[in-house]
Amino acid sequence: MDLSDLAQVNFDALPYWEAAAKGDLVVARCTSCNEAHHYPRAVCPFCRAETIAFEPASGTGEIYSLAVTRIPDKPLRVVAYVTLAEGPTMMTRIIDAPEDVAIGDPVRVDFEPHPEGLTVPVFRLDRN
Amino acid sequence: MSAAYIMGAYEHPTRKAEGISVAQLHMQSAAGALADAGLTFDDVDGYFCAGDAPGLGPMSMLEYMNLDVHHFDSTDTGGSAYLVHVAHAAQAIASGKCSVALITLAGRPRAAGMKSAKMPLAPTPDTPFEAPYAPSVVEMYGMVAARHMYEFGTTSEQLAWIKVAASHHAQHNEHAMLRKVVTVEDVVNSPLVAAPLHRLDCCVVSDGGGALVMTSESVARSLARPLVKLRGAGEAVGHLNAGRVDLTTSAASVSGPRAFAEAGITPGDIKYASIYDSFTITVLVALEDLGFCEKGKGGAFVADGNLIAGEGKLPFNTDGGGLCNNHPANRGGMTKVIEAVRQLRGEAHSAVQVPNCDLALAHGTGGSLATRHGSATVILERL
Ligand SMILES: [Zn+2]
Repeated sequence: MDLSDLAQVNFDALPYWEAAAKGDLVVARCTSCNEAHHYPRAVCPFCRAETIAFEPASGTGEIYSLAVTRIPDKPLRVVAYVTLAEGPTMMTRIIDAPEDVAIGDPVRVDFEPHPEGLTVPVFRLDRN
Repeated sequence: MSAAYIMGAYEHPTRKAEGISVAQLHMQSAAGALADAGLTFDDVDGYFCAGDAPGLGPMSMLEYMNLDVHHFDSTDTGGSAYLVHVAHAAQAIASGKCSVALITLAGRPRAAGMKSAKMPLAPTPDTPFEAPYAPSVVEMYGMVAARHMYEFGTTSEQLAWIKVAASHHAQHNEHAMLRKVVTVEDVVNSPLVAAPLHRLDCCVVSDGGGALVMTSESVARSLARPLVKLRGAGEAVGHLNAGRVDLTTSAASVSGPRAFAEAGITPGDIKYASIYDSFTITVLVALEDLGFCEKGKGGAFVADGNLIAGEGKLPFNTDGGGLCNNHPANRGGMTKVIEAVRQLRGEAHSAVQVPNCDLALAHGTGGSLATRHGSATVILERL
């Protein structure tokens, strides 16, 4: 089972992946309680209503935490949690990160095709 | 509720199980724990195992061991499952479902050539949102450590003290994989695996196994072993809270207080603690959440040898723990209970035995602290 199969099996979140494929980040928000959540579900994890809408996200956020792996002659590998301007915090990677990448750095979304079939949101620093 | 007792405990001595199958390791561990208790396979009427046991739930191992039990449970919360089993076995014994419960764990990731635990691609709803980023286990715990450092000023040197304490204990354990005493400098100068975690912040990869036998009070009193009673237990699952992520507080903040409330004691009463140590940061977060110190003060608490037997206020993992001794099946919960039982019986190595050890705690953190984890806490008393 590859990643794209997994997204099909868990089809609650398909609009998220369809938007990502077009280079857009969307956030799942409940129209009953107005809370945003991640990862997207068919049922609101806060008020349990089945009233989820996908809304365009600003694409901005800041690094909540990160782990940095340095391999000689390769770009930094940075796995991170990013807190979106819309509220939820999501797992991601920081691409093209400088040596001093840190918690609290502002970031902006970008997209990368994954070899197993999904286009996934990643982030790069947006310090200015 | 009538009481349940841990009357048999056995840690398999192997660290590389060449030529021994996983099922055989489970059964050898079971035989060891039953012999320790003075019981036989024919006495067992309850069986508990988790995902390291081959097959679906308890069925394959029951067939392999040719057991006929009245009660079974294969709750799996990763490495903490065996502490959950201790609590569930006690409940089953109290309600009369069984009177001799066997709990087993075993695995051979080292002999099988597996370098570290890898996240399986399971068809769960969370997987598509994590697997594309392929976080390693070290990276996940690295994120916990980085956030703890950011919020509370915790340092790599403070985390290193946890490994230093474990190594002081492991030097006395003939079976431990890493018996060399290390210094804070050794830890912080070891290679960074996923910053801020160094190689020596990580547990070992080992083969092995372990088993426990829990019995009713009447069976316990018929046996020749010291009475180790389960006095309190708590279990809780922590997760990402639908995007309201808090990496610095674990579900130990729920399982711990539940266990202490049931036991009717406080952290200050605990003479010895076994704390699951997949990484140094795993211990730090658990100590805070269990109430041994305030949230954010774990760094100061573990520093300067406070976890070293004979030196510090809270001797921990006196077998060397996962950081130095072993981590069978990449699941460290079973060995945490076993060392706590040794301490309560007065059967730990004389160099690390805590004097008059009448109350001990064992805590497990299974899964991943940085995503979903199961916390389980047990408080044990020597009568
Ligand atoms: Zn809602």
